[in-house]
This record gives sequence, structure tokens and C-alpha cells, in this order.
Amino acid sequence: MTRISRWLADRWLMGVALLVLGYLFLPIAVVAGLSFNRPSSRLSYDFNEFTLDNWRRPCATSDMCDAVVRSVQIGFLATVVATVLGTLMAFALVRHRFRGRSGINVLIFLPMATPELVMGTSLLALFVSAGVPQGFWTIVIAHVMFCVSFVVVTVKARLAGMDSRLEEAAMDLYASEWQTFRRITLPLVLPGIVAAALLAFSLSFDDFIITNFNAGTTVTFPMYVWGAAQRGIPPQVNVIGTAMFLIALLLVLASTLRGRRAKRFS
Amino acid sequence: MTAMGHDAPAGDLRLANLTKRFGIFTAVDDLSLTIPQGSFFALLGASGCGKTTTLRMIAGLEAPTSGQVLLGDRDIARLRPYKRPVNTVFQSYALFPHLDIFENVAFGLRRRGIRKVGDQVERMLSLVQLDGYGRRRPAQLSGGQQQRVALARALINHPQVLLLDEPLGALDLKLRRQMQIELKRIQTEVGITFVHVTHDQEEAMTMADTVAVMNAGRIEQLGAPADIYEFPATAFVANFLGQSNLLAAEAAGPAGGEVPVTAHGGRYSVPVGRSRIDHGPVYLGVRPEKLHLVGSADQVPAGHQHVTGVVTDASYVGVSTQYLLRTGWGSELSVFVANSGAAGPLPVGTQAVAYWDPRHAFLLPREPGQDDRTTPVLDEPVGAAS
Amino acid sequence: MSALAHVPTGSGQPATPPAARSGRYRFLPYLLLLPGAAWLFLFFALPLVQLAAASLYDPSGSLATGYALTWAFGNYPDALQAYWPQFTRSFLYAGMALVLALLMGYPLAYAIAQKAGRWKNLLLVCVVAPMFTSFLVRTLAWKTILSDNGWIVGLLRDVHLLGPDGRLLATPVAVVLGLTYNFLPFLVLPLYASLERLDYRLLEAASDLYASPLRAFRKVTLPLSMPGLVAGTLLFFIPASGDYINAELLGTPKEYMIGNVIDSAFLVRLDYPQGAALSFLLMAAILAVVFGYLRKAGTDEVL
Repeated sequence: MTRISRWLADRWLMGVALLVLGYLFLPIAVVAGLSFNRPSSRLSYDFNEFTLDNWRRPCATSDMCDAVVRSVQIGFLATVVATVLGTLMAFALVRHRFRGRSGINVLIFLPMATPELVMGTSLLALFVSAGVPQGFWTIVIAHVMFCVSFVVVTVKARLAGMDSRLEEAAMDLYASEWQTFRRITLPLVLPGIVAAALLAFSLSFDDFIITNFNAGTTVTFPMYVWGAAQRGIPPQVNVIGTAMFLIALLLVLASTLRGRRAKRFS
Repeated sequence: MTAMGHDAPAGDLRLANLTKRFGIFTAVDDLSLTIPQGSFFALLGASGCGKTTTLRMIAGLEAPTSGQVLLGDRDIARLRPYKRPVNTVFQSYALFPHLDIFENVAFGLRRRGIRKVGDQVERMLSLVQLDGYGRRRPAQLSGGQQQRVALARALINHPQVLLLDEPLGALDLKLRRQMQIELKRIQTEVGITFVHVTHDQEEAMTMADTVAVMNAGRIEQLGAPADIYEFPATAFVANFLGQSNLLAAEAAGPAGGEVPVTAHGGRYSVPVGRSRIDHGPVYLGVRPEKLHLVGSADQVPAGHQHVTGVVTDASYVGVSTQYLLRTGWGSELSVFVANSGAAGPLPVGTQAVAYWDPRHAFLLPREPGQDDRTTPVLDEPVGAAS
Repeated sequence: MSALAHVPTGSGQPATPPAARSGRYRFLPYLLLLPGAAWLFLFFALPLVQLAAASLYDPSGSLATGYALTWAFGNYPDALQAYWPQFTRSFLYAGMALVLALLMGYPLAYAIAQKAGRWKNLLLVCVVAPMFTSFLVRTLAWKTILSDNGWIVGLLRDVHLLGPDGRLLATPVAVVLGLTYNFLPFLVLPLYASLERLDYRLLEAASDLYASPLRAFRKVTLPLSMPGLVAGTLLFFIPASGDYINAELLGTPKEYMIGNVIDSAFLVRLDYPQGAALSFLLMAAILAVVFGYLRKAGTDEVL
């Protein structure tokens, strides 16, 4: 009896944790399940009949696939710009002393603490009053804006964790400033930059609220889902959702495996 | 390998009035010294004494506030680090984690545009006994191996001066001893000037031809390890390099080749040649191992001087027993007695007499009003018979 | 992100590389900062000013006729009066979701940080993984899970927790559950980060010093996890109180939060002054809650 109660005392926490993880994964399982569903009607969300059609013809509703492609384009552009801008800022913040540092820190911090709704509506107010037509490019501008801060934080963490003596050692070994940057600093910070870029892409790809206020008539994937929720969701949406999950999971697993292999060799 | 150092032009390393200030803090204060070419030079001091800053100024990682760094006749103080014929073995090594051992060692050669590096790298790796380790990553090596890579990475460039910043600080005691001998062997083999920064007095004495003891940005004393140890110049050196019993005394000028002093009512003398100062407030210093213990004053040999006291502590440390002897005026002298088997241990509480040969004592300047400085400094001793 | 944003930099780094000190590179940091800072200024700070101006426009204007800035401060009380139920509902739902999320998130973060051993990284990936799927698609999945024909509703009806016609979908329960679900990882991650640093020996020391497990938790674990708890709470609460997707997809107009109102003010009713005033009120309310909370939690260094 005491053994059972001790076992329980030891495990109950893990049990609760697994239940919570179950709660987090339940919708994913449902999305994956519904991707094999042939719904009884356009507005039904219940499982009806098993089919592989959705996976065979994911672009049966062509406007959905257009939206996905558009989201990828926007995500790619926003990621490139935000990663470059954010990385430069991170370098300035970690590697240099200058006046106005705290002001810059506030400017970087605030977008992460401001509700998306406020950022979305304020950009809308700006674009409307400046007479800028909203569409693809205003979405890119908005996405770069909210991604930059996250890039700065991610790269900054990596840079700050880097021993600056490595750069001194390189200079001591006849590497000029530029060579030191190219041969030592950049390769060591690159994992941080890649992580920042992936984060930026996923933030951009998944954003709905800010996009919704600045899209004009342009339709991204989240906007398509939003609109379709009123008219009836094509089951292919679940195919895209499942595929996104699988791709991201593969990326994470690949990077963990690489990390583990590097560790095993050390 | 011995040919290595010779392709560099001869030249001593001279620091002339070198000063470095950080804000109001003066890290290095008007430092001038000459390090002869090919010597093994140690900068010894506690942390914050300015030794690492001095090293960084020689390397070019820190710009001096004023003064010169001369290599031969050339002032290199304003050159970028990568323009100097000087290389550094960094504290905790700073090996490039993303490059393998081969590329770490080849780094300097490649930056200078040398294409064929294979032979040189292999030779260097065998000099530091790491043959076959070229394709490993730094993280896969032990501390001692990493240390040798750091050394090889610097030496392969045939610098005129090699700087070592606490290079053995991260190693355990046994490995450190081993590497000390190794470093000395390599230095003799390549004949490059080594400037070694350390806070470990034993390390400095074991390895260096010349030791400079630094304190508060200045050099307190410079010389061969034995000379500094046997005849320190200041109270700081006397207690930083080893341990000393320093008794507050008054001297009244030399008399017949000796300087007579009075300390705590007793009369002693020190040869003139062992006196840094011969009148006024002085410290009468004797190293603990130069003191001998006997039971009573009549056992003291002729020509020796003595102090009477009570044994308050006896620590057996294997090769010797370290006693604390509480004197009549309350100071505690350290006495190291070699465990040669000649005498049995003295129990705590025994009356004892410590005596020494005056030729082993020394006189140092003392600020008026300063009391005895015996080590280790203790508060009120526990259980001492008074 | 506040806790994550404060990875120590300036003070913690050893020596700045020599390049930073020599005069040749004095302007480099400004050059590096310029593009990013300009972007944030133009598309984050400036729009806030524009939004502030819009909130003071003459409410009788329209997009077609144009707006005049008449410093109409009356927009604020008018908006608040018209929509205070949605306002209070936003904070009520977000608050309830927060409590639920804490009850679930703290054990989860603690278990991963202290009990998971070599499964730690895998479990951490599991916390983040659900976010890989689109936010909206996940929220729609809750429609299926909570649907009237679903097994959860069926079960609850069978045990008479719900009446025979009782439902979960289109009720506050669904909206709060959705909010909890969507922002739970934001709470768990910073909490995990600070619990992971907790030295297990501290708890052993506490129990050695006669603390019961509960007391040890209250006196040792909880205070030491405070920075993560504060950061996680904010990261959860700020987006949750501004959210309107859950209310829209899982609720009915009866469950609408302030976000739904702002969305329709800007995109449906085209009443910019009112929408802008409501946006500012939301931000002010959130800031008030955040600062009040931070003062109470006593850990203002997280910001």
C-alpha cells in the first residue's frame, strides 16, 4: 500500500503533465483526422467518412492554394528583411557601446508587449491617412515590423553567449576585422540567425490579426481560413494544417538529431 | 624544431613608461621593464594587479593610455593586434569551437596567406604531442590537450614574443605540474621569448628565468626566483612569494658589518648585505623554514638568535610539520620543521624556542606604526596557554 | 517576451572587442541600428501616433467624406459606454483562461524542468509543436471537439453535467477553453526556463530544515520561479485579452470580446474614431493591469 502511494506521489506530476500535453495535442489529432474526412455538408465540422481525396487533390479549391502560396511569398520576404535588420541591430546592441541604447531597447521591446490588435489597427490608420493602398506589400511591411523584435532577441541571446575572446584570439592570429567577422563571428552566430529566421517565418505565416487589418483584398492562408469559417471549410484546410505540422516537426527533429550527433562526437 | 625562433629578427621586448587608465582607475602605472630575447619571463601578481592588462597591451588587445611597447627598436604600441609579431595563449584557451584542431592550428598561417600548411601543422602537433588529433573538435579534447592546442596554434606562427595568460589556470594540480615542465621544455626548444602571466607563485618560480612581482599596477621586485625569494625587497613580496615572519623593529644604523635592531624588547642583528634599510622603523624578516625549534634557550647553537614562545598549533602536512609559536608579546610565528625523523613532534602547549641564523634574516622598510606581519594572519587563537 | 528579451548583454560580457573601442568604428553602431530602428519607428511608433490622432477625429466624419481632427475626447467615454460589457468580458475571459492555464501550465513546466530527465527536450518540443499548425485551423478543430455530436458533449450529457440539450460550443466555456489552449505555450515556456534553473538541492535543503513539501513549494519553488511566472503570465494575458478569434469561431455575439468590436469598427462599420478610441482603451487597460500586477509581484526587473 505504501509502495503504491509512494509510486503515485512520484508519478502524479508526470501524469498531470502528460494529460496537459494531451490537451495540447488533441486539436492536432483532430486536424489530422479531419484531413481524411469527407464532410457531410460544407458547414459540418464532424467526421463523416474516410477518404484520401483531400491529400490526393489538396488544391481542389484553387483559391486556398493561391492563399498558401501568397503566405509563403510574404513569409519569405518578411523573413529575409526582418532577419537582416534584426541581426544588424543585435550586433550593434551586443558588440558596441553607444548613446541612446535604452531608447533602442524600448523600441525593440514594445512591439512584443503591444497587443496585435493595436498594432494592426494603428498601421491601418497610418496607411489610410497616408493614402497607401493596402495589399501584398503593406502585409510584408507589417510582418517585418512585428518580426524584427523577435529576431533581435534571438540573435542577441546567441551573440551575448559567445566568448568575445574568440574574436580577440582571431585578431591575435593575424585575422583582420573583416576576416575575424567572416571566419569566427558569423559561423558561430549563424545557428542563432537561422533560428531567428525560422521563428520569423512561422510568425509571419501564421499571423492573422495584423494581416487582417492591412490586407486590403489580398488573401493569405489564415485570412482564407477566416473567410471560409463563415462559408464552410473545405477539408483541404486540414491537409495544409497537418502538412505544416509535419514539416515543422521534421525540421525540429532534424536539428535535434544533428545537435545530438555533434554532442556524441564530443 | 630549434630553427624555429631564428627566422625572427633579434630584439628585446621593452615596455617604456607604459600606463593604462580605465576612467579614474589606473590599472598599469608607468611601467618600464626589459625582457631579454629568448627568456622565460613571468609577471606574478594577485588578480587586479594589472598583469593581464599589461599582457593585453603587448598583444594589442588594449590600447595604452601612454607609453611605448618596443620590440627591438620598433614601437608596436599603436599597431593592430594582427600586425604584431606577437601571439597569445589565452586564459581558458579560446579555441575556435567550430573548427577542428588542424584548422585551429593552421588559422594564423592561413590568415597570412600561406597555402601549404599541412607539414607545418603536423610538425607542430607532434611538438605538443597531439599527433593524429587534427580532425577532432576542441570540445572532444581534455583540458590539458586543449591547452596544448592553444600553445601550438600560437607557436606555429613563430612569433617573436609568446604571451601566456594564466595558461594553466584551468588544469588540475597534477596536470599543471606536468604542463609546467612541458612548457619549459618547449620554450628551450624554440627559443622564443615567453611572457607568462600568473597568480601562482610556485608556477612562476618553477618556470621563469626572471619573475616580476606586480602590485597595484607597479612592479615591486624583479629578479631571478631564488634571489627574490631569499631576499625580498618589500613586505608585500615577502608575503606574496611564499610566507614570512615579519617582526616590527627599530634599527639605528649599521655597526661593524651588521645592523642591530630591537624588536619587542629583544635585540637582534642582520648582516648589512641583507638589509634593504638600516635605520628607523624596519621589519625583521625570517622565512618559516629558516626557523628551528628547540625545547630551551641553552640548546640554541652559538651565533644564532632566538625567540621564546608556546606552541599553539601543529599541522602535519607530510613533508613537514607547520607550527604556530605564540610569542611573549602575542604574535604567532610560523615555523616549518622538515619531517626528517630527527626530532619527535612538539605537542600543542609546549614551551619552545625558535632560533635562526642571522644570515637568513632580512630587513625591510616598514611604515611607522605598523605592527608585526606573520602569516597566516589569525584572530585570537583558540585554546592558547598564555 | 519580456523575460526572454532580457538575456544579459552589456554588463555580462567580458571585454568589448578592440574594434568597438577604437575611434574608427564610432559610427558603426548607428549604421547597424538605422534600418531596423527606422522600420520600427515608421511602422510601429508613428502608427501609434496616427491611431491616437484618429481616436480624436470628429465622429461625424466618414471614410468617404474624410475625417477632421477636432480633439473629440468625447469619443472615449462614448466608446466605453457603448461597449463596456465587451470590455469587462475580455478581461473576465482572459482572467479565467489565465487561471486555468496556470493550473495546467505550472505542473507541466515543473514536470519537464525537474522530473523529465532525458526526455526534457522531447517534451519541450511537444509543448511548442501544436503551434506549428495554423492558429485558426487549430481553433476550428475545437469546433469539432466540442460539437454537439462530439463525444465530450455526449459524455457530459450522460453524466448529467449537461442537460439533454446542453452544449459547449457557442458558450463562454468554449471561448475560455479556446483561449487557454491557444496561449498556454506562452505561459509554459518562460515558466520552464526559470524552473529549469531551480537547483533541486534547494528543495532537499528545505526538507532537511523541516519544511513539508507544500511549505517547501511555497517558500522555495514559488519565489524562485517568480520571474518566469510573471513573464509567462504577461505573455499569456496580453494576447488573450486582445484576442477575438476564439470568441468569433467558438462563441456567439453574446460572447464577443472587445477585439470583435474593434475589428468590426475598422473593417465593417468603418467607424475609425471609435475603433481607434477602443484600441487605445484596450492598450491602456492592459498597461494598467500589467503595471499593477508587476508592482504586486514585485519583480519589475522582468520588463
